[in-house]
Amino acid sequence: MRAYLPDYNLRAPRSLADALDLMAREPGVWRAFAGGTDLMVLLEFGALQHKNFLSIRHLPELRGIEITPEHVTLGALTTYTHIQRDADVRREFPLLGAAGRETGGIAIQNRGTLGGNVVNASPAADSPPALLVYDAQLELVSASGARWIDYRNFHTGYKQMDMRPDELLRRIRLPRATGDLKTYYRKVGTRKAQAISKICFAAGARLASDGRIKDARLGLGSVAPTVLRCARTEDVLRDRTPDEATIKAACAMLVEEIAPIDDMRSTAQYRARVAANLLADFLVNLKK
Amino acid sequence: MTDSGLKVDVACTVNGARQTLRVHPLARLLDVLREDLGLTGTKEGCGEGECGACSVLVDGELVNSCLVPVLQVEGAEIKTIEGVSARGAELHAVQQAFIECGGAQCGICTPGMVLAAVSLLANIPQPTDADIRNGLAGNLCRCTGYMKIFDAVVRACERAGVKA
Repeated sequence: MRAYLPDYNLRAPRSLADALDLMAREPGVWRAFAGGTDLMVLLEFGALQHKNFLSIRHLPELRGIEITPEHVTLGALTTYTHIQRDADVRREFPLLGAAGRETGGIAIQNRGTLGGNVVNASPAADSPPALLVYDAQLELVSASGARWIDYRNFHTGYKQMDMRPDELLRRIRLPRATGDLKTYYRKVGTRKAQAISKICFAAGARLASDGRIKDARLGLGSVAPTVLRCARTEDVLRDRTPDEATIKAACAMLVEEIAPIDDMRSTAQYRARVAANLLADFLVNLKK
Repeated sequence: MTDSGLKVDVACTVNGARQTLRVHPLARLLDVLREDLGLTGTKEGCGEGECGACSVLVDGELVNSCLVPVLQVEGAEIKTIEGVSARGAELHAVQQAFIECGGAQCGICTPGMVLAAVSLLANIPQPTDADIRNGLAGNLCRCTGYMKIFDAVVRACERAGVKA
């Protein structure tokens, strides 16, 4: 059933400072509302539990893409369309470009934001696996200051995050020097556009001159209560050549490391099998 | 505690006409267009951003109007199917092509398809076949099988002399 609108409120604070001030004075009452591509769906189906929202979409402090020698920093309001249009981001962070292209259709890509994709905390989100591979860091701001945290430590359980009720995600920072990282992105869904992932697989690795894997990074979606950086599987791959024995060992570890479930979109068995197949595909192609 | 339930004024431009709307800030742009402004060309299909029937342009960008709270169009320029061709003028090249190619059957997806095609041609004036498919991928049609819609977009490009 549709929500009864008078139960809800959406305000547009004049500035980031005003938003943070309100969130500090009434902690837990106000929640950020960015592109609305998830929240409006919940509202329409009468499933939006929270009642009071702050529209942050117009705040310039949360917008824009900034490039320094060390980092590319994306405002939390960066949309999937912005990512695809930015030539530097596309070149240096191709996994993000791929995630942007494969999220929703054009209309969703125009409204949905990277920050929203992170904070909405869906384990089936399509950009977080890419952010995990790029060792993204998040800047959380509140009236009492700002802190940077590693994104891989951000999700602590299903829809649980290392984020206080008075905090707002302001920026996402990606370390540069990704040039020799060989990357791989596959979203598996029922349909190319719009479909929510059955599994989302993002990976990157560097090869040493002797052909051994120096730096393997695996970010997976829809295989656990949170998006997952698969550190134990990465350990298996480190300093080994991507030969048949390595691939077999890594796939076995990956299946152990993930915790997929049966749901309306797929089954645990299918997800585990496809996760392993995608890892094998990534590793086989690494040598080419 | 809060001003829950209170309506607010939202000023925006719809198809070239300035409007000040007295609305609940979380009302869907779709409902405001259809019910407050009587612009019923914009259709509702799924109500969850999957089908594209409610597509409109906000500041030139294609959006699903079922997912846009009206507060977020403060100051924006909105274009709906009613404003795609100027008042009293000829149809837009995309609309004309949809007629000629039979790109519509029941008509529910058509306004959204036209807006998606107009947006595609504004962003990519010389689209490849893949660009066209991608540009329309967020719009579902349950009648045509898509090929006539695809043909219409190709024809609209040719009419403008731009098809790659």
